[in-house]
Amino acid sequence: MSGRLLPFRRSPARASVGGTSSFSSAPSGARREGPAGTAAPSSRPSEAPRFRELIAPHIDAAYSLSRYLARDAAAAEDIAQEALLKAFRNLDALRGGEVKPWLMAIVRNTYFDWRRRDNGRTVTGLAADVAMAETPADDASAEDDLIRQGDVAALRRAIETIPEPFREALVLRDLEEMSYRDVAETTGVPMGTVMSRIARARRMLGERMGVLEATA
Amino acid sequence: MSACPDKELLLHALADNELDAGNVLALEAHIATCHGCAAELEAIREVKARLKAAPLAYEAPQSLLDRIDAALTEAEAPPSQARRRRGVGSETWVLSGTGAALAASLALVAFIPAGANLQLALVDAQARSLEASHLVDVQTSDRHTVKPWFNGKVDFAPPVVDLAAQGYPLVGGRLDRIDGKRVAALVFHRGAHVINLFIWPGDAPSAPLMQQKDGYNLVRWGQGGLVFWAVSDCDPAALSGFQKEFAAQTKP
Repeated sequence: MSGRLLPFRRSPARASVGGTSSFSSAPSGARREGPAGTAAPSSRPSEAPRFRELIAPHIDAAYSLSRYLARDAAAAEDIAQEALLKAFRNLDALRGGEVKPWLMAIVRNTYFDWRRRDNGRTVTGLAADVAMAETPADDASAEDDLIRQGDVAALRRAIETIPEPFREALVLRDLEEMSYRDVAETTGVPMGTVMSRIARARRMLGERMGVLEATA
Repeated sequence: MSACPDKELLLHALADNELDAGNVLALEAHIATCHGCAAELEAIREVKARLKAAPLAYEAPQSLLDRIDAALTEAEAPPSQARRRRGVGSETWVLSGTGAALAASLALVAFIPAGANLQLALVDAQARSLEASHLVDVQTSDRHTVKPWFNGKVDFAPPVVDLAAQGYPLVGGRLDRIDGKRVAALVFHRGAHVINLFIWPGDAPSAPLMQQKDGYNLVRWGQGGLVFWAVSDCDPAALSGFQKEFAAQTKP
Protein backbone atom coordinates (compact mmCIF):
# COMPACT_ATOMS: atom_id res chain seq x y z
CA MET A 1 0.00 0.00 0.00
CA SER A 2 1.15 3.46 -0.72
CA GLY A 3 0.69 5.01 2.66
CA ARG A 4 -0.78 8.00 1.00
CA LEU A 5 -4.05 8.25 2.80
CA LEU A 6 -4.71 11.93 2.77
CA PRO A 7 -5.84 13.61 -0.40
CA PHE A 8 -2.58 15.27 -0.74
CA ARG A 9 -1.83 18.95 -0.85
CA ARG A 10 -5.23 19.91 -2.09
CA SER A 11 -4.09 23.50 -1.42
CA PRO A 12 -6.37 26.11 -0.13
CA ALA A 13 -7.76 28.81 1.94
CA ARG A 14 -8.05 26.79 5.09
CA ALA A 15 -4.40 25.96 5.02
CA SER A 16 -3.45 29.58 5.47
CA VAL A 17 -5.05 30.04 8.86
CA GLY A 18 -2.60 31.86 11.02
CA GLY A 19 -0.39 32.83 8.14
CA THR A 20 1.27 29.52 7.59
CA SER A 21 0.21 27.00 5.12
CA SER A 22 0.75 23.54 3.94
CA PHE A 23 -0.01 21.48 0.93
CA SER A 24 -2.19 18.95 2.49
CA SER A 25 -5.69 19.44 3.62
CA ALA A 26 -7.22 16.61 5.48
CA PRO A 27 -10.53 15.36 4.21
CA SER A 28 -13.43 16.63 6.16
CA GLY A 29 -16.76 16.98 4.50
CA ALA A 30 -17.96 19.76 6.71
CA ARG A 31 -14.93 21.88 6.11
CA ARG A 32 -14.13 21.22 2.54
CA GLU A 33 -13.69 24.35 0.49
CA GLY A 34 -15.81 25.08 -2.50
CA PRO A 35 -14.84 24.10 -6.02
CA ALA A 36 -11.30 24.67 -7.13
CA GLY A 37 -10.59 28.30 -7.64
CA THR A 38 -12.54 29.76 -4.79
CA ALA A 39 -9.46 29.90 -2.67
CA ALA A 40 -7.43 32.17 -4.86
CA PRO A 41 -7.64 35.83 -4.04
CA SER A 42 -7.50 38.08 -7.04
CA SER A 43 -4.96 40.42 -5.54
CA ARG A 44 -1.68 40.54 -7.30
CA PRO A 45 0.94 40.35 -4.57
CA SER A 46 1.44 36.62 -4.87
CA GLU A 47 0.56 33.75 -7.11
CA ALA A 48 1.07 31.34 -4.25
CA PRO A 49 -2.62 30.37 -3.93
CA ARG A 50 -2.79 29.61 -7.64
CA PHE A 51 0.35 27.55 -7.35
CA ARG A 52 -1.15 25.55 -4.51
CA GLU A 53 -4.28 24.96 -6.48
CA LEU A 54 -2.81 24.15 -9.89
CA ILE A 55 0.76 23.01 -9.47
CA ALA A 56 0.93 21.45 -6.02
CA PRO A 57 -1.15 18.41 -7.06
CA HIS A 58 1.60 17.58 -9.57
CA ILE A 59 4.60 17.84 -7.27
CA ASP A 60 4.95 14.07 -7.04
CA ALA A 61 4.83 13.78 -10.82
CA ALA A 62 7.45 16.51 -11.20
CA TYR A 63 9.73 14.78 -8.75
CA SER A 64 9.16 11.35 -10.26
CA LEU A 65 10.06 12.55 -13.75
CA SER A 66 13.17 14.31 -12.40
CA ARG A 67 14.12 11.14 -10.61
CA TYR A 68 13.77 8.92 -13.66
CA LEU A 69 15.66 11.41 -15.80
CA ALA A 70 18.53 12.13 -13.40
CA ARG A 71 18.54 8.64 -11.84
CA ASP A 72 19.80 10.14 -8.62
CA ALA A 73 17.70 11.11 -5.59
CA ALA A 74 19.60 14.24 -4.56
CA ALA A 75 19.90 15.58 -8.09
CA ALA A 76 16.22 14.84 -8.70
CA GLU A 77 15.23 16.86 -5.68
CA ASP A 78 17.29 19.84 -6.81
CA ILE A 79 15.92 19.63 -10.33
CA ALA A 80 12.32 19.30 -9.18
CA GLN A 81 12.68 22.21 -6.79
CA GLU A 82 14.20 24.44 -9.43
CA ALA A 83 11.50 23.46 -11.91
CA LEU A 84 8.67 24.04 -9.44
CA LEU A 85 9.97 27.45 -8.49
CA LYS A 86 10.37 28.28 -12.18
CA ALA A 87 6.75 27.26 -12.68
CA PHE A 88 5.78 29.45 -9.74
CA ARG A 89 7.53 32.48 -11.19
CA ASN A 90 6.04 31.88 -14.62
CA LEU A 91 2.49 30.98 -13.67
CA ASP A 92 1.29 33.84 -15.88
CA ALA A 93 2.35 31.85 -18.91
CA LEU A 94 -0.09 29.10 -18.03
CA ARG A 95 -3.35 31.01 -18.41
CA GLY A 96 -5.83 28.55 -19.79
CA GLY A 97 -3.36 25.85 -20.80
CA GLU A 98 -3.06 22.30 -19.56
CA VAL A 99 -1.10 22.20 -16.32
CA LYS A 100 0.64 18.85 -16.36
CA PRO A 101 2.30 18.88 -19.80
CA TRP A 102 3.39 22.44 -19.15
CA LEU A 103 4.93 21.60 -15.79
CA MET A 104 6.53 18.40 -17.06
CA ALA A 105 8.13 20.32 -19.93
CA ILE A 106 9.63 22.72 -17.39
CA VAL A 107 10.96 19.77 -15.37
CA ARG A 108 12.47 18.30 -18.49
CA ASN A 109 14.13 21.55 -19.56
CA THR A 110 15.44 22.05 -16.06
CA TYR A 111 16.92 18.58 -16.19
CA PHE A 112 18.68 19.28 -19.48
CA ASP A 113 20.02 22.57 -18.09
CA TRP A 114 21.22 20.76 -15.00
CA ARG A 115 22.93 18.07 -17.04
CA ARG A 116 24.70 20.66 -19.15
CA ARG A 117 25.77 22.62 -16.08
CA ASP A 118 26.72 19.55 -14.15
CA ASN A 119 28.68 18.31 -17.12
CA GLY A 120 29.51 14.89 -15.82
CA ARG A 121 30.28 15.86 -12.24
CA THR A 122 27.42 13.72 -11.07
CA VAL A 123 27.87 10.58 -13.11
CA THR A 124 24.52 9.16 -12.14
CA GLY A 125 23.33 8.05 -15.53
CA LEU A 126 26.74 6.85 -16.62
CA ALA A 127 27.23 4.99 -13.35
CA ALA A 128 23.92 3.24 -13.81
CA ASP A 129 24.80 2.28 -17.37
CA VAL A 130 28.21 0.99 -16.39
CA ALA A 131 26.80 -0.94 -13.44
CA MET A 132 24.29 -2.52 -15.78
CA ALA A 133 26.92 -3.47 -18.35
CA GLU A 134 29.14 -4.99 -15.67
CA THR A 135 26.44 -6.98 -13.94
CA PRO A 136 27.56 -10.63 -13.85
CA ALA A 137 25.27 -13.09 -15.57
CA ASP A 138 24.09 -14.63 -12.29
CA ASP A 139 23.09 -11.27 -10.89
CA ALA A 140 21.46 -10.34 -14.15
CA SER A 141 19.24 -13.39 -14.10
CA ALA A 142 18.44 -12.82 -10.41
CA GLU A 143 17.51 -9.28 -11.35
CA ASP A 144 15.28 -10.52 -14.16
CA ASP A 145 13.60 -12.88 -11.70
CA LEU A 146 12.82 -9.92 -9.48
CA ILE A 147 11.47 -8.00 -12.46
CA ARG A 148 9.22 -10.93 -13.34
CA GLN A 149 7.96 -11.03 -9.78
CA GLY A 150 6.98 -7.39 -10.03
CA ASP A 151 9.56 -6.21 -7.50
CA VAL A 152 9.24 -2.43 -7.39
CA ALA A 153 12.92 -1.63 -6.91
CA ALA A 154 13.96 -4.01 -9.69
CA LEU A 155 11.34 -2.59 -12.06
CA ARG A 156 12.54 0.92 -11.29
CA ARG A 157 16.12 -0.11 -12.02
CA ALA A 158 14.96 -1.73 -15.24
CA ILE A 159 13.26 1.49 -16.33
CA GLU A 160 16.45 3.40 -15.50
CA THR A 161 18.44 1.31 -17.92
CA ILE A 162 16.22 2.26 -20.85
CA PRO A 163 17.89 4.96 -23.00
CA GLU A 164 16.65 8.43 -22.25
CA PRO A 165 14.14 9.37 -24.95
CA PHE A 166 12.39 6.01 -24.63
CA ARG A 167 12.52 6.04 -20.84
CA GLU A 168 11.01 9.50 -20.72
CA ALA A 169 8.16 8.54 -23.05
CA LEU A 170 7.41 5.44 -20.98
CA VAL A 171 7.44 7.33 -17.68
CA LEU A 172 5.09 9.99 -19.00
CA ARG A 173 2.71 7.53 -20.63
CA ASP A 174 2.70 4.47 -18.37
CA LEU A 175 3.57 5.93 -14.97
CA GLU A 176 2.01 9.37 -15.29
CA GLU A 177 -0.77 8.15 -17.61
CA MET A 178 -0.54 11.16 -19.88
CA SER A 179 -2.14 11.05 -23.32
CA TYR A 180 0.00 10.74 -26.45
CA ARG A 181 -0.86 14.33 -27.24
CA ASP A 182 0.32 15.54 -23.82
CA VAL A 183 3.50 13.49 -24.04
CA ALA A 184 4.15 15.03 -27.46
CA GLU A 185 3.56 18.48 -26.04
CA THR A 186 5.87 17.86 -23.10
CA THR A 187 8.70 16.39 -25.12
CA GLY A 188 8.31 18.62 -28.17
CA VAL A 189 8.25 15.83 -30.75
CA PRO A 190 5.53 14.65 -33.17
CA MET A 191 2.98 12.09 -32.05
CA GLY A 192 4.39 9.43 -34.32
CA THR A 193 7.75 9.78 -32.58
CA VAL A 194 6.07 9.52 -29.21
CA MET A 195 4.33 6.35 -30.31
CA SER A 196 7.47 4.65 -31.56
CA ARG A 197 9.39 5.65 -28.41
CA ILE A 198 6.70 4.19 -26.18
CA ALA A 199 6.68 0.99 -28.23
CA ARG A 200 10.49 0.70 -28.04
CA ALA A 201 10.54 1.30 -24.30
CA ARG A 202 7.81 -1.26 -23.66
CA ARG A 203 9.60 -3.77 -25.81
CA MET A 204 12.82 -3.35 -23.80
CA LEU A 205 10.93 -3.79 -20.54
CA GLY A 206 8.72 -6.53 -21.92
CA GLU A 207 11.76 -8.58 -22.91
CA ARG A 208 13.12 -8.45 -19.38
CA MET A 209 9.70 -9.31 -18.00
CA GLY A 210 9.69 -12.27 -20.36
CA VAL A 211 6.48 -10.98 -21.89
CA LEU A 212 7.39 -9.45 -25.26
CA GLU A 213 9.58 -11.12 -27.84
CA ALA A 214 12.99 -9.66 -28.52
CA THR A 215 12.18 -8.50 -32.03
CA ALA A 216 8.93 -7.69 -33.67
CA MET B 1 5.17 -15.70 -34.72
CA SER B 2 5.22 -11.99 -34.36
CA ALA B 3 3.16 -8.95 -35.10
CA CYS B 4 2.96 -7.40 -38.55
CA PRO B 5 5.64 -4.66 -38.55
CA ASP B 6 3.27 -2.03 -39.93
CA LYS B 7 0.76 -2.72 -37.15
CA GLU B 8 3.02 -2.51 -34.13
CA LEU B 9 2.47 1.14 -33.22
CA LEU B 10 -1.25 0.78 -33.83
CA LEU B 11 -1.38 -2.14 -31.40
CA HIS B 12 0.21 0.00 -28.71
CA ALA B 13 -2.20 2.80 -29.50
CA LEU B 14 -5.13 0.38 -29.27
CA ALA B 15 -3.91 -0.84 -25.88
CA ASP B 16 -3.64 2.81 -24.82
CA ASN B 17 -7.16 3.71 -26.03
CA GLU B 18 -5.62 6.27 -28.33
CA LEU B 19 -7.16 5.06 -31.58
CA ASP B 20 -10.21 6.60 -33.19
CA ALA B 21 -13.21 4.42 -33.92
CA GLY B 22 -12.36 3.84 -37.57
CA ASN B 23 -8.86 2.60 -36.81
CA VAL B 24 -10.12 0.47 -33.96
CA LEU B 25 -12.55 -1.30 -36.27
CA ALA B 26 -9.95 -1.92 -38.95
CA LEU B 27 -7.36 -3.15 -36.47
CA GLU B 28 -9.77 -5.41 -34.63
CA ALA B 29 -10.78 -6.98 -37.92
CA HIS B 30 -7.12 -7.61 -38.66
CA ILE B 31 -6.39 -9.04 -35.21
CA ALA B 32 -9.28 -11.47 -35.59
CA THR B 33 -7.36 -13.19 -38.39
CA CYS B 34 -3.74 -12.51 -37.40
CA HIS B 35 -2.44 -14.55 -34.46
CA GLY B 36 0.85 -12.67 -34.38
CA CYS B 37 -0.85 -9.33 -33.86
CA ALA B 38 -3.32 -10.80 -31.37
CA ALA B 39 -0.46 -12.21 -29.30
CA GLU B 40 1.44 -8.95 -29.51
CA LEU B 41 -1.58 -7.02 -28.25
CA GLU B 42 -1.91 -9.39 -25.31
CA ALA B 43 1.78 -8.98 -24.51
CA ILE B 44 1.53 -5.19 -24.64
CA ARG B 45 -1.44 -5.28 -22.30
CA GLU B 46 0.51 -7.54 -19.96
CA VAL B 47 3.46 -5.12 -19.84
CA LYS B 48 1.10 -2.25 -19.15
CA ALA B 49 -0.71 -4.19 -16.44
CA ARG B 50 2.54 -5.05 -14.69
CA LEU B 51 3.71 -1.47 -14.80
CA LYS B 52 0.42 -0.38 -13.38
CA ALA B 53 0.40 -3.01 -10.63
CA ALA B 54 3.62 -1.69 -9.10
CA PRO B 55 3.84 1.79 -7.56
CA LEU B 56 6.71 2.84 -9.79
CA ALA B 57 6.21 6.59 -9.78
CA TYR B 58 8.18 8.25 -7.01
CA GLU B 59 6.64 10.34 -4.27
CA ALA B 60 8.21 13.68 -3.61
CA PRO B 61 10.34 13.59 -0.46
CA GLN B 62 9.14 15.64 2.47
CA SER B 63 12.24 17.83 2.29
CA LEU B 64 11.21 18.96 -1.20
CA LEU B 65 7.65 19.71 -0.07
CA ASP B 66 9.05 21.70 2.83
CA ARG B 67 11.36 23.72 0.64
CA ILE B 68 8.61 24.55 -1.82
CA ASP B 69 6.19 25.34 0.97
CA ALA B 70 8.74 27.61 2.63
CA ALA B 71 9.26 29.46 -0.64
CA LEU B 72 5.52 29.92 -1.07
CA THR B 73 5.05 31.03 2.50
CA GLU B 74 7.72 33.62 2.00
CA ALA B 75 6.08 34.80 -1.21
CA GLU B 76 2.72 35.07 0.48
CA ALA B 77 3.92 37.36 3.23
CA PRO B 78 7.23 38.92 4.19
CA PRO B 79 8.70 37.00 7.14
CA SER B 80 8.15 39.76 9.69
CA GLN B 81 4.51 40.05 8.71
CA ALA B 82 3.96 36.33 8.77
CA ARG B 83 5.34 36.18 12.25
CA ARG B 84 3.15 38.99 13.47
CA ARG B 85 0.00 37.53 11.98
CA ARG B 86 0.66 34.24 13.60
CA GLY B 87 0.25 35.81 17.01
CA VAL B 88 -3.28 36.99 16.26
CA GLY B 89 -6.47 35.01 16.03
CA SER B 90 -8.38 32.36 17.81
CA GLU B 91 -5.64 29.75 17.83
CA THR B 92 -3.06 31.78 19.70
CA TRP B 93 -3.34 29.59 22.75
CA VAL B 94 -2.42 26.55 20.74
CA LEU B 95 0.65 28.21 19.38
CA SER B 96 2.00 29.40 22.67
CA GLY B 97 3.64 26.06 23.34
CA THR B 98 5.61 26.08 20.16
CA GLY B 99 5.69 29.82 19.67
CA ALA B 100 9.39 30.17 20.19
CA ALA B 101 10.17 27.45 17.71
CA LEU B 102 7.74 28.89 15.18
CA ALA B 103 9.33 32.28 15.38
CA ALA B 104 12.75 30.76 14.97
CA SER B 105 12.46 29.97 11.30
CA LEU B 106 9.99 29.87 8.47
CA ALA B 107 11.35 26.55 7.33
CA LEU B 108 10.36 25.05 10.62
CA VAL B 109 6.93 26.57 10.32
CA ALA B 110 6.54 24.85 7.00
CA PHE B 111 7.67 21.57 8.49
CA ILE B 112 5.43 21.62 11.52
CA PRO B 113 2.19 23.27 10.55
CA ALA B 114 0.64 25.74 12.90
CA GLY B 115 -1.49 24.27 15.63
CA ALA B 116 -4.88 24.74 14.08
CA ASN B 117 -4.07 22.92 10.85
CA LEU B 118 -2.21 20.17 12.57
CA GLN B 119 -5.05 19.56 14.96
CA LEU B 120 -7.52 19.38 12.12
CA ALA B 121 -5.28 16.93 10.31
CA LEU B 122 -4.97 14.80 13.41
CA VAL B 123 -8.67 14.81 14.15
CA ASP B 124 -9.41 13.99 10.53
CA ALA B 125 -6.90 11.16 10.64
CA GLN B 126 -8.57 9.86 13.80
CA ALA B 127 -12.02 10.06 12.24
CA ARG B 128 -10.77 8.46 9.04
CA SER B 129 -9.15 5.60 10.92
CA LEU B 130 -12.56 4.69 12.31
CA GLU B 131 -14.14 4.55 8.89
CA ALA B 132 -13.41 2.33 5.95
CA SER B 133 -11.89 -0.42 8.05
CA HIS B 134 -8.48 1.14 7.90
CA LEU B 135 -7.78 1.29 11.57
CA VAL B 136 -4.64 -0.80 11.43
CA ASP B 137 -2.26 -2.16 8.79
CA VAL B 138 -0.75 -4.63 11.20
CA GLN B 139 -3.21 -6.03 13.68
CA THR B 140 -1.67 -7.54 16.76
CA SER B 141 -1.32 -6.84 20.42
CA ASP B 142 2.27 -8.06 20.27
CA ARG B 143 4.54 -5.06 20.35
CA HIS B 144 7.39 -7.23 19.05
CA THR B 145 5.41 -7.61 15.85
CA VAL B 146 4.33 -4.02 15.54
CA LYS B 147 7.73 -2.44 16.09
CA PRO B 148 9.65 -4.23 13.32
CA TRP B 149 6.68 -3.74 11.00
CA PHE B 150 7.57 -0.04 10.87
CA ASN B 151 11.13 -0.81 9.74
CA GLY B 152 11.68 0.65 6.33
CA LYS B 153 8.23 2.24 6.28
CA VAL B 154 9.24 5.24 8.32
CA ASP B 155 12.76 6.53 8.81
CA PHE B 156 12.60 6.49 12.59
CA ALA B 157 11.86 3.84 15.19
CA PRO B 158 8.62 4.52 17.05
CA PRO B 159 8.54 3.05 20.56
CA VAL B 160 5.83 0.43 20.90
CA VAL B 161 4.44 -0.78 24.20
CA ASP B 162 1.33 -2.68 25.15
CA LEU B 163 -0.58 -1.01 27.95
CA ALA B 164 -3.20 -3.74 28.42
CA ALA B 165 -2.32 -4.04 32.10
CA GLN B 166 -3.01 -0.32 32.50
CA GLY B 167 -6.33 -0.57 30.65
CA TYR B 168 -5.13 0.49 27.19
CA PRO B 169 -4.61 -2.68 25.10
CA LEU B 170 -2.54 -2.30 21.94
CA VAL B 171 -4.58 -3.07 18.81
CA GLY B 172 -1.95 -2.58 16.12
CA GLY B 173 -0.17 -0.04 13.99
CA ARG B 174 -0.47 1.61 10.64
CA LEU B 175 1.16 4.18 8.43
CA ASP B 176 -0.62 7.46 8.10
CA ARG B 177 0.00 10.83 6.60
CA ILE B 178 -0.34 13.98 8.59
CA ASP B 179 0.08 17.09 6.55
CA GLY B 180 1.90 15.26 3.83
CA LYS B 181 4.34 13.69 6.22
CA ARG B 182 4.58 9.97 6.73
CA VAL B 183 3.96 9.17 10.35
CA ALA B 184 3.62 6.08 12.50
CA ALA B 185 0.25 5.52 14.13
CA LEU B 186 -0.28 3.14 17.03
CA VAL B 187 -3.81 2.17 17.92
CA PHE B 188 -5.01 1.43 21.44
CA HIS B 189 -8.37 0.69 22.94
CA ARG B 190 -9.84 2.31 26.00
CA GLY B 191 -13.04 0.45 26.65
CA ALA B 192 -15.14 1.11 23.54
CA HIS B 193 -13.00 4.07 22.54
CA VAL B 194 -10.10 4.11 20.13
CA ILE B 195 -6.92 6.03 20.83
CA ASN B 196 -4.73 6.87 17.87
CA LEU B 197 -1.16 7.73 18.79
CA PHE B 198 0.66 9.56 15.98
CA ILE B 199 4.44 9.67 16.14
CA TRP B 200 7.01 11.47 14.03
CA PRO B 201 10.49 12.94 14.49
CA GLY B 202 10.62 16.42 15.95
CA ASP B 203 11.00 18.43 19.08
CA ALA B 204 8.26 19.09 21.59
CA PRO B 205 8.32 19.77 25.32
CA SER B 206 8.12 16.60 27.36
CA ALA B 207 5.35 18.12 29.47
CA PRO B 208 2.00 17.00 28.04
CA LEU B 209 -0.23 19.61 26.46
CA MET B 210 -3.94 18.75 26.52
CA GLN B 211 -6.23 20.21 23.88
CA GLN B 212 -9.71 19.78 22.49
CA LYS B 213 -10.87 19.97 18.91
CA ASP B 214 -14.21 19.07 17.37
CA GLY B 215 -15.21 16.91 20.31
CA TYR B 216 -11.93 15.02 20.39
CA ASN B 217 -9.30 15.24 23.05
CA LEU B 218 -5.70 15.56 22.02
CA VAL B 219 -2.53 15.43 24.02
CA ARG B 220 0.91 16.23 22.75
CA TRP B 221 4.29 15.50 24.26
CA GLY B 222 7.86 15.00 23.16
CA GLN B 223 10.41 12.39 24.08
CA GLY B 224 13.70 11.26 22.61
CA GLY B 225 13.50 13.43 19.49
CA LEU B 226 9.98 12.28 18.66
CA VAL B 227 6.68 14.13 18.82
CA PHE B 228 3.66 12.21 20.10
CA TRP B 229 0.04 13.18 19.55
CA ALA B 230 -2.64 11.00 21.07
CA VAL B 231 -6.17 11.61 19.78
CA SER B 232 -9.33 10.05 21.09
CA ASP B 233 -12.95 10.64 21.94
CA CYS B 234 -12.47 9.08 25.35
CA ASP B 235 -12.65 11.42 28.30
CA PRO B 236 -9.72 13.75 29.01
CA ALA B 237 -8.80 11.98 32.25
CA ALA B 238 -8.49 8.63 30.45
CA LEU B 239 -6.40 10.19 27.70
CA SER B 240 -4.22 11.93 30.21
CA GLY B 241 -3.78 8.61 32.01
CA PHE B 242 -2.80 7.00 28.71
CA GLN B 243 -0.20 9.70 28.12
CA LYS B 244 1.32 9.18 31.58
CA GLU B 245 1.49 5.41 31.18
CA PHE B 246 2.93 5.51 27.68
CA ALA B 247 5.52 8.13 28.54
CA ALA B 248 6.50 6.20 31.68
CA GLN B 249 6.84 2.89 29.80
CA THR B 250 8.93 4.37 27.02
CA LYS B 251 11.21 6.49 29.14
CA PRO B 252 14.78 5.84 28.02
